[in-house]
Amino acid sequence: MKSNTNTLSPKKVSMKDFGLILVFIALVVILAIVSGGTFVTPRNLLNVVKQTAINGILAMGMTFVIISGDIDLSVGSTVALTGVIATMFAHPAADGAANGQYPFIVPILLALLVGALVGALNGVGIAYGSIPAFIVTLGSMTIVRGLALIISGGSPIFDVTPAFESIASIQVGGVVPILAVYLIIIVAICAFILGKTVFGRRIYAIGGNATAASVSGINVRKLRVIVFTIAGLLAGLCGLLVASRTITGSPTAGQSYEMDAIAAAVIGGVSMSGGSGKWYGVVIGALMLAVISNGLDIMSVNSNFQLIIKGLIIIFAVLLDIKGKGKRS
Amino acid sequence: MSEYILEMNHIMKSFPGVQVLNDVTLQVRPGEVHALMGENGAGKSTLMKILMGIYSADAGEIVLDGQKITCKNPRDAMEHGIAMIHQELNPILDMQVFENVFIGREKRTKLGLVDKAGMLRETRALLADLNIDIPSDAYMRDLSVAQCQLIEIVKAISLNARVVVMDEPTSAITEHEVDTLFTQIRRLKAENVAIIYISHKMDEIFEICDTITVLRDGQFIGTNPAAGMTSDQLIRMMVGRDITEVFPKADAEIGGPILEVKNISMGKRVKNVSFELRTGEVLGIAGLVGAGRSELVETIFGIRRKSSGEVFIRGQKVNIHSPKDAIANKIALITEDRKFTGLNLVGSVEQNITLVHLSQLFKNGLINGGKEKEVSTHYIDELSIKTPTRQTLVGNLSGGNQQKVVLAKWLLTEPDIIILDEPTRGIDVGAKRDIYLLIGEMVKNGKAVIVISSEIPEVMGLADRIIVMSEGRLTGEVGRPDFSQERIMTYAAQFGE
Repeated sequence: MKSNTNTLSPKKVSMKDFGLILVFIALVVILAIVSGGTFVTPRNLLNVVKQTAINGILAMGMTFVIISGDIDLSVGSTVALTGVIATMFAHPAADGAANGQYPFIVPILLALLVGALVGALNGVGIAYGSIPAFIVTLGSMTIVRGLALIISGGSPIFDVTPAFESIASIQVGGVVPILAVYLIIIVAICAFILGKTVFGRRIYAIGGNATAASVSGINVRKLRVIVFTIAGLLAGLCGLLVASRTITGSPTAGQSYEMDAIAAAVIGGVSMSGGSGKWYGVVIGALMLAVISNGLDIMSVNSNFQLIIKGLIIIFAVLLDIKGKGKRS
Repeated sequence: MSEYILEMNHIMKSFPGVQVLNDVTLQVRPGEVHALMGENGAGKSTLMKILMGIYSADAGEIVLDGQKITCKNPRDAMEHGIAMIHQELNPILDMQVFENVFIGREKRTKLGLVDKAGMLRETRALLADLNIDIPSDAYMRDLSVAQCQLIEIVKAISLNARVVVMDEPTSAITEHEVDTLFTQIRRLKAENVAIIYISHKMDEIFEICDTITVLRDGQFIGTNPAAGMTSDQLIRMMVGRDITEVFPKADAEIGGPILEVKNISMGKRVKNVSFELRTGEVLGIAGLVGAGRSELVETIFGIRRKSSGEVFIRGQKVNIHSPKDAIANKIALITEDRKFTGLNLVGSVEQNITLVHLSQLFKNGLINGGKEKEVSTHYIDELSIKTPTRQTLVGNLSGGNQQKVVLAKWLLTEPDIIILDEPTRGIDVGAKRDIYLLIGEMVKNGKAVIVISSEIPEVMGLADRIIVMSEGRLTGEVGRPDFSQERIMTYAAQFGE
């Protein structure tokens, strides 16, 4: 009775994703032509990947959360808090030498740990307190931002060790920005978890139908806590990277980063109702956002107009997604 | 004037790659109850969706009262006096009865504000007129499924509907409520309203319907008066072959007790229930809706927390606190509602089949695509699940095939105790028989099976022994030689202390 066009094997990219890739390529071609070739210079393309890195990493964490059927609004604030903490512990020693007051590894571990802790607390509130994720993370978004402001005394913390600065700024082989390398590693790990592991499959299962997953013997609560911990951990990583790149721990950093991460996931075809979405869609979604802002910058489009264009593209992408799904049933 | 109030003539409809309706004709007289029968996938829903303007037909015409009409959406259809009561009702739970009756066409005062008093008054009058004892300001949340259905009927009447489509209206209501529903149907008939009645329940069809139209694989098979037709003839028309036996009962050797439940209670829903289950045995649990049957098995399975009592498996006391514990003890529960608790509708057939057993199949936590394909393909073949591929989303399958996916996912765990809660609800004759045969296979292989069903003939057909529940308590037990519908009903209707 019902038509079935969704019969492709998992290795193939479905038509819908293919459409997304086409839109992306078209966008690159248009920008290449309009910018007179400036956009497609290797230097600029590497720059685009670099610009994608932070949002791309956050978006991967957000993808876990959205596939599991939830949302995390707190990741932007977590970027600020972990950035502030990392900078505090990456301060150069008083003697002015290159060494820090604390070993090199301390700010790194603290940023990751605090990020994971925020995520885990979100997860516990959602899974064991049965409070909607939107509410819990809306609350923690504000709380975490407040913590960042208190700890930093309300103003940015400057000055870090050269070693800390190099975390986000060195270039591999003198060409490839290290941020791009981080992005690729994180994407590879997330793609593996989502696509190849029992744990990943269960995230899709709870997003598709949490009750059925629970009846099937899956510990849904535990899984939720882990999913939010992953999102928090990646937010901590981004906080670290942002602090290193800007040599600043700013309590106001990461404003609306959660929205860009959600946008990348949504453009990439991750369903807001949970249970479906592919990692490569999210990568294209994140790249698309970076391409748009980079391309418009090159063409010196006023940044206020850029906001409007970005917003239209998000809505248009989801519209395409819905129309694509509508054809199926 | 035509003899028919509604004619759907030579309707064609195809979806990409599938012809779902091929020259189908449906002619309905005023004041008749017209059964539309066919297996799942026969095209009944598509035909009704075309009538309601949800789909548009590729060819053919719809004639209402001699006038050719086109409905672009359900609103058009309603304005023409065609109303549909959907199988899965979606009332707005936080609204009151009168608001639901007038939803989308709220009465206004002169100032353009909502005329609450006027709507309340009219709803109250309608309810009184129909002898329906529901307050017009009750919240939908507080009503039973059957009461929500009655409200839908009230809504249809308030629309002055001339044709009312009822899609499996009795699939979720009790026998007593069915009587109320039938009273209302007869009342509508008396007012010359035509009713198109979709159901899989034979006895109901013969009780309430005047005319039967059968579809099979999108083809029109025939329209006959219900009087003079037998259910065997009807089944033959529907499935295109004879079904010699409705309930094939397998001969299995009944062994020793495998599951013993002692004095189990769960809040006020299950009270002090004890029973045992033997290997090779099919134990039926009968009772009215709300008797606590589902709650009992869900407590055994660890979905609900028991307040007291003990469970023994092969003589060993077990502590089951979650479905995970139950699965580890080789118990499987096919829950009552496949859409809410059984399946991930946005997941593929394969992902659903392997979900429960995933960590056993892939002990190192990594999914081996080849092995998963092998396992899922095996079960798709074994249970003859009709699906284009193993990657098809379960939400796109018919009810019967969805139910088979649920069975496959539990059979994969190789359970010793299989509990089936309403395993054939809302599925067609062919798929029902497949499931009956499967139950036979299970007990032949020495498994123990518990079947809960609200259809007493089904429990009687399948079970070796039936226990009956009422108001959370066990009120009776009947062995196969003593099975009788009256006896079971008597136990099921034992109320009060």
